Amino acid sequence: MLYLNIIVAGLLTGLVYGLMALGLSVIFGVIRVVNFAHGEMMVVAMYATYLASTVTGLDPLLMLVPVTVLLFLLGYALQRLLINRYIARPDHEQFLLLLALATVITASLLMGFGPDARNVQLDYAYDSYQIGGLLLDKVRVIAAAGATLGAAALWAFFRFTRTGKAIRACADNQIGAQVVGLDVKRLYAITFGLGAACVGAAGALMLLLVDVEPYIATDYTLLAFIIVILGGLGSMPGALLGGVLVGVSEALSGFVIEPSFKSAFSFALLILVLLVRPQGLLGRA
Amino acid sequence: MRGVFLLGLSPRVAAALGLFVAVMLALPFFVNDYIVSVLVVVLFAAYFGQSWNIVTGFAGQLSLGHALYVGLGAYTSAALFVHFGLPPWLGMPAGMAVAAVAGSLIAALSFRFRVGGVYFALLTIAFAEFIRILFGHFKWVGATEGLFLPVANLAHQDLLRLRGSPRMFYYFLLALTLGALGLSHLLLNRRIGYYWQAIREDEEAAQALGINVFRCKVLAMALSAALTALGGGFLAFYDNNLYPDTVFAIGRSVEIITAPIIGGLGTLFGPILGAFLLTTLGEAMTSLTSGVEIDGLKQWLYGAALLAIVALQPAGIWPWLRRLIGLEPRR
Repeated sequence: MLYLNIIVAGLLTGLVYGLMALGLSVIFGVIRVVNFAHGEMMVVAMYATYLASTVTGLDPLLMLVPVTVLLFLLGYALQRLLINRYIARPDHEQFLLLLALATVITASLLMGFGPDARNVQLDYAYDSYQIGGLLLDKVRVIAAAGATLGAAALWAFFRFTRTGKAIRACADNQIGAQVVGLDVKRLYAITFGLGAACVGAAGALMLLLVDVEPYIATDYTLLAFIIVILGGLGSMPGALLGGVLVGVSEALSGFVIEPSFKSAFSFALLILVLLVRPQGLLGRA
Repeated sequence: MRGVFLLGLSPRVAAALGLFVAVMLALPFFVNDYIVSVLVVVLFAAYFGQSWNIVTGFAGQLSLGHALYVGLGAYTSAALFVHFGLPPWLGMPAGMAVAAVAGSLIAALSFRFRVGGVYFALLTIAFAEFIRILFGHFKWVGATEGLFLPVANLAHQDLLRLRGSPRMFYYFLLALTLGALGLSHLLLNRRIGYYWQAIREDEEAAQALGINVFRCKVLAMALSAALTALGGGFLAFYDNNLYPDTVFAIGRSVEIITAPIIGGLGTLFGPILGAFLLTTLGEAMTSLTSGVEIDGLKQWLYGAALLAIVALQPAGIWPWLRRLIGLEPRR
């Protein structure tokens, strides 16, 4: 039963990881740019949530929507003003651009908030639900539910709206999309905005579970990479599956082996998948 | 005949290179210890950048995990020295061999399964991080507590055991950097260099021409890894302490590749120029912000400067500079 509890807790956290990675996957799937500043954007969302809920004294959960919108706008502007000029450039130039951006973001957060870890106080932080012998933390359940909802909303957007379909058309065939008169630049900006919005929601939810400090950004970037490659870069269900896998494997290896080994386990999993199924578990070859 | 004397370089490039070597040889006699230690940092960055440039700049395979080979070279030579008293001149080749095997394995596994492009880049990070965490639990080399070399007597230069002052390391690293420059020049003008460039520009076309793409890419990685590990060996004996979290850090991998990209990826002099620029930039930011007590200001300025360089010269400074000073390569 103890193991089941750990697995379920890992699974719930994994859904939030999945939402974060979904953002990376969407951006890469459409624009073909690897967002090396992904973790930094996550940390921006976490600080925005922290700041908004400390200043207003409101529940950080209420900040979920405003922070998601804020990150969408940031992502939209970033793609429009900066990244769009580099989409046809070689990989290493895109890498350096996003690395420089990541450095500036982390340094800005460091200047604004200092290096100490921050967290939000929740009066329901220690509440839990009991189902049979299974004990579920309330915050984890809320976070996982929020992440699932966010992913579902994104899926519905791509499936049913005209803009969503247009973006999928761009991803399938950029030149074709241009030929039929789609505004690719705008669609790319919306895509980057949506990717950033996923990170925004994931960041707001993540703050319910962990502290935030400027330097954890790199860890989140790496985590997002592992997850999307496990699931398959560009595959939406793959990102969620990868998130859950990493969440569970972190929880289990942290408990069974030792905490410092938890990311080694994820990396080993990643190496294994890349060697056996390079396109990822749910990716298309 | 002239081409032979000048190693195939144009007279102007040869003259500029000669001037650079002369200045670098004389420099330690005119500057203080602090500047020498900064120059050692520059030369490490230049050398690592040149080594990385072979696999990414020449052969076009983006490796983002080169800290792995620095670490393997550093740990192999340091551990053999600490545990068995093996002098670094034997330990460093051992480290190079270990790194070459690791590099070939990673490359062979990836390319065998057609892992390329972004996937390859991320796989190299994954391997580097995985090995970093393993070394954190590897008791024989001190795990997270670190591996320490006996403190050097700075007044006495022990060339056999590499115990000596920063000035000694300066000349060793200058030799390494010039050696790597010569090797890069040689490779680029050999068949293998042309194969690599063909693969970089268009892998399918290279394959169609009958180039053994797989073998060429693995070879580039193995050579790059071995050269990086040699620098790692010197780094171990220069720093005298090794911690997995700093030696194998992803930040080191990023540092290694920033200099060549800023300088000009795939060019001969780009990595060296980039190393000078970036280290100078870092030092300038440090002194600029030394009086100000704001966390993150230095990193912010550094990031903003990087951003400016990528925005203005995305292909690197050297291709722009050589046009400016008339050192364009002959066609």
